[in-house]
Amino acid sequence: MNSSRLIYLDHAATTPLDPRVLEVMQPAFADTFGNPSSFHTVGLRAKELVAEARASVARLLHVREDEILFTSGGTEGDNMVVVGIPRAARVQIRQQCGEEAKPHVIASAIEHHAVLEPLLSLQKSGEIELTIVPVDREGLVDVEAIKKALQPNTVLVSLMLANNEIGTIQPVADVGRMLLAWRKERKTAFPYFHSDACQAAEFLDLNVEPLHVDALVINGSKMYGPKGVGVLFLRRGVKLEPLVRGGGQERGLRAGTEHVPGIIGLAKAFELAQAEREDECVRLTVLRDRLVDGLLQIPKSRLNGHPTLRLPNSANISFLDIEGEAAVLYLDAEGIMASTGSACASASLDPSHVILATGLSYEAAHGSLRFTLGHSTTQEDVDRVIEVMPGIVERLRRMSPTNLDMKYFL
Amino acid sequence: MPDASSPIQSATNAARQGDVVGVGSSAGKGWFYADAVKEHFFRPKNFMQDEAAYGDAAMGMVGSPACGDAMKIWIKVDPETERITDLKWKTFGCGSAIASTSMMSVMITEDGGKTLTEARKLRPQDIMERLGGLPARKVHCSVLGDKALRAAINDWYRKNNRHDQIQVEQGRIIDKVLKITDHDIEEAVLDGADTLEKVQQKCKVGTGDPSCIPEVEQLIRFYMEKFFGANSMGA
Repeated sequence: MNSSRLIYLDHAATTPLDPRVLEVMQPAFADTFGNPSSFHTVGLRAKELVAEARASVARLLHVREDEILFTSGGTEGDNMVVVGIPRAARVQIRQQCGEEAKPHVIASAIEHHAVLEPLLSLQKSGEIELTIVPVDREGLVDVEAIKKALQPNTVLVSLMLANNEIGTIQPVADVGRMLLAWRKERKTAFPYFHSDACQAAEFLDLNVEPLHVDALVINGSKMYGPKGVGVLFLRRGVKLEPLVRGGGQERGLRAGTEHVPGIIGLAKAFELAQAEREDECVRLTVLRDRLVDGLLQIPKSRLNGHPTLRLPNSANISFLDIEGEAAVLYLDAEGIMASTGSACASASLDPSHVILATGLSYEAAHGSLRFTLGHSTTQEDVDRVIEVMPGIVERLRRMSPTNLDMKYFL
Repeated sequence: MPDASSPIQSATNAARQGDVVGVGSSAGKGWFYADAVKEHFFRPKNFMQDEAAYGDAAMGMVGSPACGDAMKIWIKVDPETERITDLKWKTFGCGSAIASTSMMSVMITEDGGKTLTEARKLRPQDIMERLGGLPARKVHCSVLGDKALRAAINDWYRKNNRHDQIQVEQGRIIDKVLKITDHDIEEAVLDGADTLEKVQQKCKVGTGDPSCIPEVEQLIRFYMEKFFGANSMGA
């Protein structure tokens, strides 16, 4: 350790629990421990706490309380939607489009694995037709490309609000408006529109009305709330086949005894995040830009994602001729925590599908580093990264047999 | 803003007291690699500092940066004893790849240096053993060094007009149970199998010995890149 301070720049992976959140959660572990389904005082108290949390989340999303479902996190919420909606639509699509017709789903190429993996699995098993819509160099989806992909049997479009790896903010409201018009013209309820907002909840306005989404997913662990708890907003009338069946909790769409402390914590974290987001966005944008400007001074480096339409805390930079995992380990030795899109850091041995989807080469994807800032980040931290990084890149480049041309970045 | 009770701040305080944090803090438990891996990653031995000044040497190279690993090895050999007196390397790759190459350079040159015949017998498993093991999914990162070394040895024989000593790579057994070699995988890829599943349909590799699957995946990637170019990978 060369630095005395731990510099955590991996907030897109997860955030620490805010002490104010912990404070409201604590009583629910031992004092108000009841099962909200029980018909007695202890159960009733737990039920009230869950109802309060539901009301608070609904208020912030500008939706009705019965449109809020609590889940075990972002992955479950995404799975519920991308699996449950096509399954619930199966019969209707057959009736409307013929016996052979399957539900069709459209998703962007840079969706989170929690969206893409279940969709690919359904495609493989023959349950759905799937269209993956590409993104441009900055990681943006083209509204027209989604429009062109629409079919009479399209039941769902999935587009994340902001990307977890490169931070690009997608034109969700524009897609939502286009889909509304499409549905109105054809007098059909389909396709529904789903957005994974896990990375966005901390920074963007999540009023769902202007976004025109029918399903929206957030989770606790990206906004200084607890892990293992999330929210699925599901618009009234949207039919969904549940993944988890049992005691009928959450309107029968997600069975299982409610994670009461988690739900209380998530609601508090979301409330704080939305209340403080404007100030935090301003503060982090300044720091993020300082970090990006500083790191781009290093030769053969490139900012991944959109220069301005990006989350205020997210900086993703590729350095040619070095491999990201090695750089992450050298940064770790300096007390700096970052992440990489390199294949070596993933279980799949594939480099980031997001960076490849933006058209960058495998070489550039292997050399990508992601720094995501958060509450604890100070200017001192950012300056420390800017100070340390050139030496690390230089050291790894001296060991590297490659000296790639900048064309790998074009 | 962080206050004294925030989790980040407590971690920071703990770091100051020296009981957590980063590399070395949780050796053997939390950290990804064994101590020897760390040593060779953070203080790599024998890497090529100045190619121009190194003079005439035999060289071998494998991999490509598109695969995520590329390795170049230079050797100097005593023509009398055929011992490798010096070995230098350059590696593009993750912590495991860098540490493996570094460890290999030590193993080849220690105790007066290995003979070319001895050096050809070095296996990735020998390197991994000296490193104290690698996590299963990192094994594939260590399989290129010995290949680059054998390429450099061939290059030395070539440069010394000893063509009879050049050894074309024999098939190397990847799946010990089914005796499937890298050439079998190469042929499967040439036959159009671009994913692990498709390769398995052709040769069943890994079904008897699942521990070889990471290496198989790396080989598929390597051959796809070799024959079909950098952006040819299947979904």
